[in-house]
Amino acid sequence: MRTATVSGEAARSRGLARITDFREFMILMVIVAASIIMSIASPYFLTRMNILANLLSVSIECIVAVGMTVLMVSGGFDMSVGSTVALCGAAGAMAMRAGIPVLPAILIALAVGTLVGLINGLLIAKVGINPFITTLGMMSVLRGILLVVTQARNITGLPQSFRIIGQGNFLGIQYPIIIALVFLIVGDILLRKSRFFRQNYYIGGNRQAARLSGINVDGITIFNYALTGFLAALAGLVMTARLGAASVTAGTGLELKVISAVIIGGASLSGGEGTVIGSFLGALLMAIITNALTLLGVDVYWNEFVIGATLLLAVAVDVIGGKRRQKA
Amino acid sequence: MSMSDGIVLEVRDIVKTFPGVRALDGVQLQLRAGEVHAVIGENGAGKSTLMHVLGGIYRPDSGRIIVDGKPVELDSAYAAAQHGISVVFQELSLAPNLSVAENIFANRQPVRALGLIDYAKLYEDTREILRFFDLEIDPKTLVKNLPVAQQQVVEILKAMSTHPKVLILDEPTSSLTSVEVEFLFKNIRRLKEQGISFIYISHHLKEIFEIADRVTVLRDGCYVGTREVKDVTEEQLVQMMVGRELVDMYGRRDYDIGEVYFSVKGARRGKDFADVSFSLRRGEILALAGLVGSGRTEVGRAIFGAEPLEQGEIILGGRSLSIASPKDAIQAGVGYLTEDRKAQGLFLDMAIRDNCIAPHLVDFANNLRMMDEDAITDFAHQCRRNFNIITPSIKQQVCNLSGGNQQKVLLSMWMGIKPEVLIVDEPTRGVDVGAKSEIYRLLRQLAATGVGIIMISSDLPEVLGLSDRILVMREGRIAGEFSAEEATEEKVVACATGVAMAC
Repeated sequence: MRTATVSGEAARSRGLARITDFREFMILMVIVAASIIMSIASPYFLTRMNILANLLSVSIECIVAVGMTVLMVSGGFDMSVGSTVALCGAAGAMAMRAGIPVLPAILIALAVGTLVGLINGLLIAKVGINPFITTLGMMSVLRGILLVVTQARNITGLPQSFRIIGQGNFLGIQYPIIIALVFLIVGDILLRKSRFFRQNYYIGGNRQAARLSGINVDGITIFNYALTGFLAALAGLVMTARLGAASVTAGTGLELKVISAVIIGGASLSGGEGTVIGSFLGALLMAIITNALTLLGVDVYWNEFVIGATLLLAVAVDVIGGKRRQKA
Repeated sequence: MSMSDGIVLEVRDIVKTFPGVRALDGVQLQLRAGEVHAVIGENGAGKSTLMHVLGGIYRPDSGRIIVDGKPVELDSAYAAAQHGISVVFQELSLAPNLSVAENIFANRQPVRALGLIDYAKLYEDTREILRFFDLEIDPKTLVKNLPVAQQQVVEILKAMSTHPKVLILDEPTSSLTSVEVEFLFKNIRRLKEQGISFIYISHHLKEIFEIADRVTVLRDGCYVGTREVKDVTEEQLVQMMVGRELVDMYGRRDYDIGEVYFSVKGARRGKDFADVSFSLRRGEILALAGLVGSGRTEVGRAIFGAEPLEQGEIILGGRSLSIASPKDAIQAGVGYLTEDRKAQGLFLDMAIRDNCIAPHLVDFANNLRMMDEDAITDFAHQCRRNFNIITPSIKQQVCNLSGGNQQKVLLSMWMGIKPEVLIVDEPTRGVDVGAKSEIYRLLRQLAATGVGIIMISSDLPEVLGLSDRILVMREGRIAGEFSAEEATEEKVVACATGVAMAC
């Protein structure tokens, strides 16, 4: 109780504009501190190549995290993104193998992802099924469709003009990093600034009050799931292009990584808080930890443990700091 | 049992601080055996904090609590219960999906061998308690299926079932109708005769005169004084509470009411209400009175599109409105302040500045549809000033404000849409006397600009004091209409309960 007393003051002066500034700053400091320590421990850490490798490793989940952040700010949640990534990657790949040109094939894959999100949104907003259950079901349904359609075989032999999306680079920076950064920046500005996306904070803050304030809660909810589905499809395409193949196990566990990143970045499961930049920093922090462990020669099996512990620690610091209001 | 002059519970010099606030600053209280001791004060006076201290939820920084002449440590709700102190908090703490019986005997269900719950005995014990309180509820009823008022009673029964010596009631009547309040009081008196002492927290001074023996007044966390209820007047108590004299809480109308510009014709929705027709004039405050459940709130919400009408017409300025959602209503210039500001009105975890723009975000978007932060900040400062919202900053989270200030934030949200018609549902529920009179002044000010206000209220003095005309609803229909001049409390109650067929 004493600890809560100390930081109550900080919580008090918190407005939407600053809602996660503190959090983002904190993660940034942790990242900076970790980087300094790592650069001393390993001269390789701060090289351009290693930095790009780290960014590349988070680019797929960052694209998905943009949608997931919007969704979680509005109090939503999507467990099906990992399966959507895999299904849409495969859909694009199959379309190309069937002789459909690259661009239409991409559009087909994006349409599939959007449709999946739309169905999630309709089930949640209109039928009224709990988001967790809806998307958990969807996660399994999609993976099932993928296995049936592909007969559990990976799809290879994709055209060079498609693979370039994942394998090409501009001034040495790989396209997936550029695509992720563009979506992160645009997403962050929109969620922070635009009237349309700002409504999500109200929906996440108090769904009932948002509806009575004239906010189209159902419509925005459906849009958010569709957006997340669309971005997951895009991530699936980028991943398929990068690997040069659509794999049936692609994106397994991705949803948990993305949700962890978003939560470490300052969002909560109950909604109303979080920013895209925060989520990016969350993802980056996890990548850096993984990277550091590898460079330090720690057994790779520790990865999962450390990432889980980071998530718990971030949330615990919050709760103890009184940032998240405890329901007494 | 009680040693020192029949004092069951004594509180001495309790101090409790929160960051930046001295919530309790040397508060004292002596509770006699078998008395009802009211604790009053404006929101933020420290009543709730004191109750949390006595309930073992907060630990005081200093001071002593003495039960039956012995100093005690109340470091948990369990410890408080062990010393015979039981608290019924304002917010309901029942499990909605469990039955009445299971709620009353939470964690203390009678068990048979193997720890299995003895349901037969559980229901029988519950039935006995319910009988004692003249309640005709099936013990198996799920709590969520009970009206709020009966839930409140179940909550009290739950606290009672531990056989406490001291029962603390925090605003027990905030969601009860007058009939139900009477029922509650009858039971309090009954328990009093059995020697149980009550600490009774309330905003309603009238209730205190009806039920309490003594009253202790707190202001800004400090002890102001204790009086015998029979030796004190309402005015004196108000003065003790606010530390100044309040003149004419409801204000006066100093302008003429305009022409009819808004009307509702033949409104109906399911079993909630039917045949509801009325009109509203510019500048008029029209009260919608009646018992809880008479359809008042449902009519208000239907006009606003929260749960749209099934039948009927809403006409504003000669044009028929089609309102299918709150969004439509807001666009047409109809605002609605909900009766449940915490659950449905405010965004508690968000800042004041973000709350006050919620129903009209569109006013703060520029040509690129981006939010103009400076405009928001300016507007929030304006709200804080005009509505006298007491806060260190507009970035303060609304959950940290007192009830009165929360209500003012809600009012600022809806006055911000520049409404043509404003529906206010229980505009002063859970609000202290000082904020009440400010809210009345703000409503009258708004009306003076030509806005018609429909005020749904269970607070009869407020209905009679503020409104220009009163419609009384009963069982989903409009049962009577009174002008401000002819209305009396008796007439309105008689009409609302259907006692007098005259109206």
